[in-house]
Amino acid sequence: MRAVAKTANKPGNKKSFWQKCLQQKTLIFMSLPLVLLKILFAYVPLLGWVMAFQNYKPAKSFFDQDWAGLAKFEFLFKDAVFLRDIRNTLAMSLINLVLGFVTAILLALLLNEIKNVVFKRTIQTISYMPHFLSWVIVAGIVQNVLSTDSGIVNDILLRIGAIDSSINFLGEPKYFWGIVGASNVWKEVGWNTIIYLASMSAIDPSLYEAAEMDGAGRFNKILHVTLPAIKSTFIILLIMNIGNILNAGFEVQYLLGNGPIQDVSETIDIFVLKYGMQKNDYALGTAAGIFKSVISVILVFGANWISGKLGEDKLV
Amino acid sequence: MRIKHKSIGDRIFELCNGLLMIILAVVMLYPIINTVAVSFNDATDTLRGGIYIWPRQFTWYNYEVIWQTANLGVAFGVSVARTVIASALNVFLTAMVAYTLIRQDFVLKRFVTIIFVLTMYVNAGLIPGYLLNKSLGLLNNFWVYILPGLVSAFDLIIVRTYMKSIPGSLIESAQIDGAGEFKIFLTVILPLATPVLATVALFCAVAQWNSWFDTYIYCGSAKNLTTLQYELMKALSTSMNQSGSTANVLNADQAANQVTPTSIRAAITIVAAVPILCVYPFLQKYFVQGMTLGSVKE
Repeated sequence: MRAVAKTANKPGNKKSFWQKCLQQKTLIFMSLPLVLLKILFAYVPLLGWVMAFQNYKPAKSFFDQDWAGLAKFEFLFKDAVFLRDIRNTLAMSLINLVLGFVTAILLALLLNEIKNVVFKRTIQTISYMPHFLSWVIVAGIVQNVLSTDSGIVNDILLRIGAIDSSINFLGEPKYFWGIVGASNVWKEVGWNTIIYLASMSAIDPSLYEAAEMDGAGRFNKILHVTLPAIKSTFIILLIMNIGNILNAGFEVQYLLGNGPIQDVSETIDIFVLKYGMQKNDYALGTAAGIFKSVISVILVFGANWISGKLGEDKLV
Repeated sequence: MRIKHKSIGDRIFELCNGLLMIILAVVMLYPIINTVAVSFNDATDTLRGGIYIWPRQFTWYNYEVIWQTANLGVAFGVSVARTVIASALNVFLTAMVAYTLIRQDFVLKRFVTIIFVLTMYVNAGLIPGYLLNKSLGLLNNFWVYILPGLVSAFDLIIVRTYMKSIPGSLIESAQIDGAGEFKIFLTVILPLATPVLATVALFCAVAQWNSWFDTYIYCGSAKNLTTLQYELMKALSTSMNQSGSTANVLNADQAANQVTPTSIRAAITIVAAVPILCVYPFLQKYFVQGMTLGSVKE
């Protein structure tokens, strides 16, 4: 392996950068156009962030815009609606984060204990299914399942006598965060087990045998062998998810959050959509978007840094 | 060789675990089965409630109605087109860029990697993106579905990780035979990378098929660019707004052979869900592999 690398590098080292480029023009031709496309669609829009510091009017050219300084940001942080939306976003994110991790690890542990291969496979396949459905479909399903006249949830609750009359789950603010959390679990729990099951299958069976010799039962084997083995996977996923804490999901809240429960359903993303696209206040919408992006990047690198400090795995 | 005896506790655990898994499977499957039953049941009859897993008054009528109205033929065509075109382009282009990144001596390797990886963290937001697409003439344009998302960093990383496991000697011997870079990519690397490319195709196809927001933002006014999920979204919001009016339909006895928002939505849901639900069980090995490769660190 090393010899290969040497022969490949040797002639290259003597040449200048441009000579190498000329020599590798096919490789450059194969990757550079897509890099430019990526720059266009991912980085060029960053120039639009300037709008947040202007009283942006689409009709005017860039140099004719009035500068507004930080006025848009000041407005945002005094705006009760925006602050409410930050609260909603954080609340639903945290619910999703905690529920998502707990249910996925729990399900992975239980699946891992199933000895019958065919049964295990069948359950896995079924549990992946909702991941492939769009949020539009899932929102429709949630609406059906919770409906007051024929929804299965009200139906069951009425039959077992837990309630006297149907509950309008989607009409009452107090249920909304729970519904979003539950829909996320329903949609993604199976899918999220994939990574854990992969790291569990990589565990050396002799570890379990050794634990058995020491008299460990099923529970102790999970506690002392399985869980430590998936720790690094868990930490990497946690870092990635912490960066997403301001992405509480947008579709499910947009699709299910009708009028009366807006107070708990509206997230930062919906705020951006409302101000930016529906009220055409591009500057304010952009400012809210900047806030979200900046916090996300800080969170990812912060979590990553802390994880490194604690001697755990780092993502980047 | 030890023979393990299952203790009583073990048996009880296994039984409970099995039962729990069956309950889980029911919770996952029931809503879909119920939707199928509703979509094949007479619309006015559905309003009486009590449809669980089997239609009571079987009919094709809901499907006939959505096929004739609602612009659904066009939507289906556009959904299929964007899924097929985006997946094909993405697979080929992702593989091509990934190939340049496994060449250890490639001068731009670091630059290309950084540009792609940073896109996972940098997000300009909805409005700057919208204005860019607008100024590029991508409003009410089919290519707005394809171009902005072409070659994602995540896909690139999993394909690169996979290609790194291909022995470098294969590339070298092709070079000795005088093959150019593009030919090596096409004839040596591409065929060997098919398993991971199937994964990328699947991820891309699912995302494309399920997307409605881009239609809503960019092509909402273009009837010939509507998609299945967008039509379903519209049906969902009508049925949410009209949920109070179901009662009058129920009172009208002459309402036989009518359709209701609920039944229409059930039928569109099935049309939008069935293609993917038929395909995914057979591609399990590929997406499990993709997720595993994706969790490999930088």
